[in-house]
Amino acid sequence: MNVTVPPDKLTAKDFASDQEVRWCPGCGDYAILKSMYKSLADMGATPENTVFVSGIGCSSRFPYYMATYGFHTIHGRAPAVATGLKLARPELDVWVVTGDGDALSIGANHLFHALRRNVDLNILLFNNEVYGLTKGQFSPTSRVGQKSPSTPMGSIDSPADPCTFALGCNARFIARGIDIQAKELGVLFARARDHKGASFVEIIQNCIVYNDAVFADFTDKDVAAEMQLHVKHGQPMLYGKAGNKGLRLNTQALKIETVIVGENGVTEKGILVHDEKNRVLAGMIAALRPPSFPEILGVIYCDPAATSYEQAVAAQEAQARAKGLGDLDKLMRAGNTWSVT
Amino acid sequence: MNLQADVSPGGATPGTAVSKAGQDAIVVRFAGDSGDGVQLLGNQFSQETALAGNSLATFPDFPAEIRAPTGTTYGVSAFQINFGSRVIKTAGDQPDVLVALNPAALMVNYKMLRKGGLVILDSGAFKDRDIKRAGFNVDPRTDGTLKEFRVLEIDISAQSLEIAKPFGVSQKEALRTKNIWTLGLVSWMYDRDMASTMEYIARKFGADDPIGKANLAALKAGHAYGETHELSGDVAPVSMPAVKFEPGTYRLVSGAEALAWGLAAGANLAGLEMVLSSYPITPSSPILHILARLKQFGITTFQAEDEIAACCAAIGASFGGKLGVTASSGPGIALKTEAIGLAISTELPLVIVNTQRAGPSTGLPTKTEQSDLFIAVFGRNADAPIPVIASHSPGDCFDVAIEAVRLATKYMTPVMILSDGYIANAAEPWLIPSMKSYAPFKVQFRTETEGFHPYVRDPKTLARAWAVPGTPGLMHRIGGIEKDYNSGNISYEPANHQKMTDTRFAKINNIADDIPEQGVEVGNTKGKLAVVGWGSTFGPISRAVHNMRDQGLDVSHIHIRHIWPLPRNLGQLLKSFDKVLVAEMNQGQMLTLLKSQYLVDAKGLLKVSGQPLKIEEVTNAIRAQLGS
Repeated sequence: MNVTVPPDKLTAKDFASDQEVRWCPGCGDYAILKSMYKSLADMGATPENTVFVSGIGCSSRFPYYMATYGFHTIHGRAPAVATGLKLARPELDVWVVTGDGDALSIGANHLFHALRRNVDLNILLFNNEVYGLTKGQFSPTSRVGQKSPSTPMGSIDSPADPCTFALGCNARFIARGIDIQAKELGVLFARARDHKGASFVEIIQNCIVYNDAVFADFTDKDVAAEMQLHVKHGQPMLYGKAGNKGLRLNTQALKIETVIVGENGVTEKGILVHDEKNRVLAGMIAALRPPSFPEILGVIYCDPAATSYEQAVAAQEAQARAKGLGDLDKLMRAGNTWSVT
Repeated sequence: MNLQADVSPGGATPGTAVSKAGQDAIVVRFAGDSGDGVQLLGNQFSQETALAGNSLATFPDFPAEIRAPTGTTYGVSAFQINFGSRVIKTAGDQPDVLVALNPAALMVNYKMLRKGGLVILDSGAFKDRDIKRAGFNVDPRTDGTLKEFRVLEIDISAQSLEIAKPFGVSQKEALRTKNIWTLGLVSWMYDRDMASTMEYIARKFGADDPIGKANLAALKAGHAYGETHELSGDVAPVSMPAVKFEPGTYRLVSGAEALAWGLAAGANLAGLEMVLSSYPITPSSPILHILARLKQFGITTFQAEDEIAACCAAIGASFGGKLGVTASSGPGIALKTEAIGLAISTELPLVIVNTQRAGPSTGLPTKTEQSDLFIAVFGRNADAPIPVIASHSPGDCFDVAIEAVRLATKYMTPVMILSDGYIANAAEPWLIPSMKSYAPFKVQFRTETEGFHPYVRDPKTLARAWAVPGTPGLMHRIGGIEKDYNSGNISYEPANHQKMTDTRFAKINNIADDIPEQGVEVGNTKGKLAVVGWGSTFGPISRAVHNMRDQGLDVSHIHIRHIWPLPRNLGQLLKSFDKVLVAEMNQGQMLTLLKSQYLVDAKGLLKVSGQPLKIEEVTNAIRAQLGS
């Protein structure tokens, strides 16, 4: 079939700026950037109406490589800057790019409030479980025992989990993807953009210099199929090379367990079916992590609210302005005044 | 005895002769428990006084606690008003009349009353327990504590209860009318028309509400009490003649109101919508409250999760092409400093309102100070200049806010406004300006793609182009990393950083060519002594210098509005005086600034008590400087 491409249809290249990308060779960020170029083109986005806002860290250099509008702000504050931008200009597509340190350490407060307010932002958290730009200290998502310049005997901090944090913040869209899975990421980007309200996407990202292969137990090619579960709304939660591994709810213990279809009397009927509108289920599956469970990927939770924050703000303003725009001269002369002649 | 009688010079108006028949200003201080409604009483009396055509200045002086335990000294709330038939510039050094609604209010305030002044007491509140709780060992009415004053005891509590009860309100509600009863009495004392208060009560409670009816009855009863109890033996009503104000329409305005309206006016003149993004903090919050009700003026208000987010959201709004504004007070400003640096680096307009309060740290949240001059001018990491403008009175906040918006948008820079707790809460009669009298300064967003990069500058102002997201062909990235002067891309080049730093510095310095030269408020452009002030010390300095000049001393008053950059001629002006005295409510911040900028051998009159500067303190310092 011959598809006629309209002349103004943008391609991935149209979203790339002329700046040389300066991440370390082999960094997972390159793959994410490339996926974003393509996704924006596929989605029919326009560079002039798209804005990338970031904080500080490796991931936060992202805006400089986009041919859109961009704002590289200060450490942890990107959600706050983006909220102000969205209040001022609700019609723009606003993306926030952040990392595990930026979003969950110095900026956790702002992330929490952007999510609970449900500002229509697409928030991408690149999680590499380490501080890269400051040369390798442990981060709030680093695992206990991680050795780093600031934890020579191993980290003793209990790590935060981005997706369950987001759920606790009352986020209405939560997804997880992997840096190198371009196709899947593209779907997540499109879903995040379509979602009205705050969208939260955790992207598992490999830091080749300071934390290489920390996710290898589920990202390596040879284990990927056995250790990744790509959830889809309405589909049973099956995974594995043969597609016969699944998740089942143990109702007596109220916990999720892994089973094999066809063994011990397990049938496909007994496998949990993903319902992305089910918040309780989202909480249970978001918390499952390797090695005991497969890494849960895809749209974990999506239940849009009736309105997003900036829509509610605009509605109040429209109500206030329904009787006409204010007149400063009248305002200042209202109430008790007196005249001197 | 007559209120007009027995007025000693050195009271409300030091150095001004006050004849028995013609006292031209009176200072009244209302004080009571923080739940007694003293601020409402003071505000309504101010309103009545303003409508009578008197000049006035007010000083609400209240504790940080919302409802401290009843009857304690730290729970005392006070409101001072100075009103007269001449132009009033301060809330008065010393009250002539103190209305004390309980013993604690008396304890905290009686020592500031002038000798021979009048104390009006609610005797119903002087139970043994209350007296002890206020810290008096013996009833102050009986042991000579008040012997230097005239004392008028009225059981205001009982009067209020009796009048309010028939309306079917609770005992508690009935007792709460005592502020309004007192207002009735004081309105009688000063021959006030109570119509505005009656309207206020009707508006607040509704015409049929029993509490509203009880308050209305209490107001009338307080007034009638004055008439019928032949108080005139002690306090004859005084009718203060109206001041000859400049023709026009007037209203009472507080600093917070004038500032909020000035921001709205500034945005309007710039042709921009505004996003005010703030976090609650005393004494800045009223600006957020006022603007939250002005959505129909193209204003969006956002109560952020913290001070940092408040500043960042304002910056985000400015990036989006609206006027970003954030308002706070000392500790909040400290938190915003990194974000202000971002706005400096990205050269976005931003108005930061700093309603200063006593510090450091939490300090005295409801008390006033001028100790944020350094943080305003210098308080950021690295070389990070911004313009700083200070308002000198409640009404002046309006023009200062407009000027801040003008500079922020014209020069693409954050601008800090310095107000303070005193100005924010105080009220004064204000000649309401007409918006037609202000020249618009419409912002032109960049739309031309030819030759564009984000740091392309206006050759004259050095302001960078403001291109807002959504504009085709002008996509660009900005951020806190140093940018190349010629392309706006990231640059680590040593020479470029020098050039960009110099450019940021020159841009702000050049604003000195766009602001008025420094004038002299009172006196001459040269002479023996210049008293230099800035901000809310305007009133006491101005009055003190007037008084001293009347006594033949060679002293002038210079008041600085543009704190940074300073006016071009200021150094020359200061050097034309033999001596310079800087009067300010901090440990010498303007003093240090002027010394460092101009190498002038200035001296300081420095005060940090949380209370406004007094006229007498300035006159004493002037005398000391001039050796007279």
